[in-house]
Amino acid sequence: MKKIHIIILVFIAVSIMVLLSFMGDLSTYETLASARQKEGKTVTVITQLDRSVAQPIEYDAVKNPNLTRFHVVDTLGNKAQVMYYFEKPFDMEKSDRIVLKGKMKGDVFEITRKDGILIKCPSKYKDDPKAAYNNISQQ
Amino acid sequence: MNYIGEHLFPGQLGHFLVILSLVASLVATIAYYKSATAKLIPDADSWKRIARIAFITDVASVVMVFGLIFMIIFKHYFEYFYAYNHSDISLEPHYLLSSIWEGQEGSFLLWTLWHGVLGLILVRTAKKWEAPVMTVISFAQLCLATMVLGIYLFDLKIGSTPFMLTRHRFPDAPIFSDPQYLLSLRDGMGLNQLLQNYWMVIHPPILFLGFASTIVPFAYAIAGLWKKDFGGWTKDALPWSLFSGAILGLGVMMGAKWAYESLTFGGYWAWDPVENASLVPWLVLVAGIHTQVIYNSTGHSLRPTYFFFIASFLLILYSTYLTRSGDLQDTSVHAFTGSGMNWQLRIFLLVFLLPSMILYLRRYKQIPFIAKEESSWSREFWMFIGSLVLFLSAGYIIVATSLPVFNKIFHTKFNVGEEPEFSYNRVQIFVAIVIGLLTAIAQFLKYRNTDKQYFVKKVWVPTAIALAVSLAISLFGKVHFDKFGIGFLAAIHLAIFASVYAVVANTSYIWRGLNGKLRAAGASVAHLGFGLMLTGMLISSSKMEVLSMNFINPLNFGPDAKQKGVENMTLYRGIRTDMGKYWVTYVSDSSVHKDKINYFRIDLERKDGKDNFSLYPDIIKNTKGAQGYSNNPDSRHYLHKDIFSYISYVDKMIGGEDTAQFRNHAMAIGDTAFYSTGYLLLDSVTVNPHEGKYSFKPTDTAIMANLSVVTNDQRRLLAKPVFYVEDSRAMFLPDTVFAQGLAVMLAPSESTGKFTVRVKESSKLVPFVALKVLQFPFINLVWLGTVLMVVGFVMSMVRRARLL
Repeated sequence: MKKIHIIILVFIAVSIMVLLSFMGDLSTYETLASARQKEGKTVTVITQLDRSVAQPIEYDAVKNPNLTRFHVVDTLGNKAQVMYYFEKPFDMEKSDRIVLKGKMKGDVFEITRKDGILIKCPSKYKDDPKAAYNNISQQ
Repeated sequence: MNYIGEHLFPGQLGHFLVILSLVASLVATIAYYKSATAKLIPDADSWKRIARIAFITDVASVVMVFGLIFMIIFKHYFEYFYAYNHSDISLEPHYLLSSIWEGQEGSFLLWTLWHGVLGLILVRTAKKWEAPVMTVISFAQLCLATMVLGIYLFDLKIGSTPFMLTRHRFPDAPIFSDPQYLLSLRDGMGLNQLLQNYWMVIHPPILFLGFASTIVPFAYAIAGLWKKDFGGWTKDALPWSLFSGAILGLGVMMGAKWAYESLTFGGYWAWDPVENASLVPWLVLVAGIHTQVIYNSTGHSLRPTYFFFIASFLLILYSTYLTRSGDLQDTSVHAFTGSGMNWQLRIFLLVFLLPSMILYLRRYKQIPFIAKEESSWSREFWMFIGSLVLFLSAGYIIVATSLPVFNKIFHTKFNVGEEPEFSYNRVQIFVAIVIGLLTAIAQFLKYRNTDKQYFVKKVWVPTAIALAVSLAISLFGKVHFDKFGIGFLAAIHLAIFASVYAVVANTSYIWRGLNGKLRAAGASVAHLGFGLMLTGMLISSSKMEVLSMNFINPLNFGPDAKQKGVENMTLYRGIRTDMGKYWVTYVSDSSVHKDKINYFRIDLERKDGKDNFSLYPDIIKNTKGAQGYSNNPDSRHYLHKDIFSYISYVDKMIGGEDTAQFRNHAMAIGDTAFYSTGYLLLDSVTVNPHEGKYSFKPTDTAIMANLSVVTNDQRRLLAKPVFYVEDSRAMFLPDTVFAQGLAVMLAPSESTGKFTVRVKESSKLVPFVALKVLQFPFINLVWLGTVLMVVGFVMSMVRRARLL
């Protein structure tokens, strides 16, 4: 057997190990309901702000600049409160989708990493035809 | 209806030129193909003449299309949707360029423009390779031209034109019932506020030049397979692959610099899919450059060279698909969302993937190789191992990045774990170690075989120096990044050694190996730059520090207090606040551009008095009809570190009325009452106070409460609200404690011996900002390393081009 074959075998073994540990760490996309079943496990949930609540987002930088509390609802209509231990992301109010990554703890969804939240705004990174249309209709 | 004042000619001309470029690139493809396959030389030459004319026509039309779009934006012709949607009249001229590449159409045009420029150089220089190589490039031009076509073929939309009129985009908008609508359509939607940064003027053209340049080694590889001249092109193509490595690498790192300067995730690299999508082709390309060099010197590694160059270009196409198709929406902060062109992007990928892979596999057995294997004391052996490691590293990144695509294909629901960056870092740290070590020693090995004593003699000095330097860093550098355990910390220290080794060994190689011949030292300079970059990345990331960390435990141990990551500090205007080694004060704010940008002056002074300076982070009003703000950091640069700050929140962003309510506390003297971040202590009361701002006479009926406000950082502040009676009416003089956002009132109580202290906590009492301050040590090594690496690539490129 040639050296290169040995090395390739080693690389394959390493790759498989890396891949397995990568697979082991994967989290999954869940709904709020299935996240409740997997309490304490890190999951990703695609949600929207629950605008039926009087105050969907609570953030008071004077009292605590490092806590944002908000209410979300997922596509199946399940609701939950979210604790995000960082400043309120800009434009959160106008988001049309919020992707959360964190753990369910009791009834509260907790996010302990700053990048555990991904805000999708209708017009931040893409052209929003609706915004352009509204703008043009107001001219 | 006849609309008045529209400038329709540029659009019509533009449409015509787009179609002309499509036809011209089709003709060029066919003619170059005919020329490449012609059996007789006169035939080949006459086809080649036609092909050249067609290709030059294509490039000329693309240049003119580009010029027309710029004119439309520059002259603010808002009757064109592209100008309306991507620019406004307040933009400075250089940002008008950014408006072109904000849209998908403009960035496709930029890409095709660079293909054209590179193609023209190839026409002049490629000699016998011109016909087959240009067949591939002309075909790519044909594909790209369809992307900006914007026509319908039986209900199927092909491409998206940048010359669409605004009234065609929104035919039913009421404004267009007025023939003079242009009089009211005076301003556009503007450029995304985050792109209004000078890096965004130059980063996209460089990155797209990098994208475009990967087609050249690819085209040479295809030409080699096609014409069965398997090894004949590698020397000709070497300057091209080096160029590509330089420019693509530079483009990626410019994007990193932009992210660092204008985004607020706190760093320059977040393993975001959009970043990964351009890093991965670069890694594979660099692997290809190394195997190409091996082949040129020894005849080994030709098969992998083909594979790497083909894969690198295919990965560019794949990342185009990834970032533009909308499949990454849920994982990336800044991927484009779908534009209805997914089928076209997929076909674009497939028309290159299938033929090139089929050709490669069918010719694979014919590609020459050397049966005898490389010696372990040869340079080529370890270079090849390095290339393989780079390729595997790229493979890991692209698999992880492609999870959303796998999810779509297999209907699974996977996502990277809670620590997305760590899931990359823990693998790439070992790549850094291996690559760093190989980069350090490989140059000291000679091709084919090295005398062991010679090697040891040359390599021991740099090894000793590197060991000393990296030990000094490890021992005295306070690298204690143990968040992910001792194993990862050990890996970081090993990687620091490997990267320092790469720097030292390559620097010394210029003298010990090349006797100071700088002209031949391109590779050493590039490797030295790469090593510096790695060192800078390791140190700046592992020693990144949050300076605005609040270590103070909030008093109310509620559910809100358990989080350790309290990284923001609230600063009230004019109040000096304790921030670790610094005193920090929010001094003032100012706005420019009609309130579009608000700057905040934040003064920092070292407690030991050694340094003080001001930072001006800002918030920018969102454009494009979006409300709200985006924040933009500001940094203080030192040679050895950056202090980086941004506004997380500001009172300006709170809309509406003050809705906070007073809460009543019945207190006797000596009693305490809590508020959210501290408590109040009723020390005493003064009857008819005659001090400070109060001057009651002994005949009045007034009492003042002397309250100590004890904050969560154990400071004692005073609040002295007054209650008095005038003309038998109760009057209140509340006191405010700005630093805590408190308003305090005093009122009589029904129970004897007690007073009612009314406390309101409001964010509207005084201007404040929530600030985050980070410190990145030695971040400049990253940028310096990048520059050196690019310089090294260019030095090698010039040398290889001269040697041809």
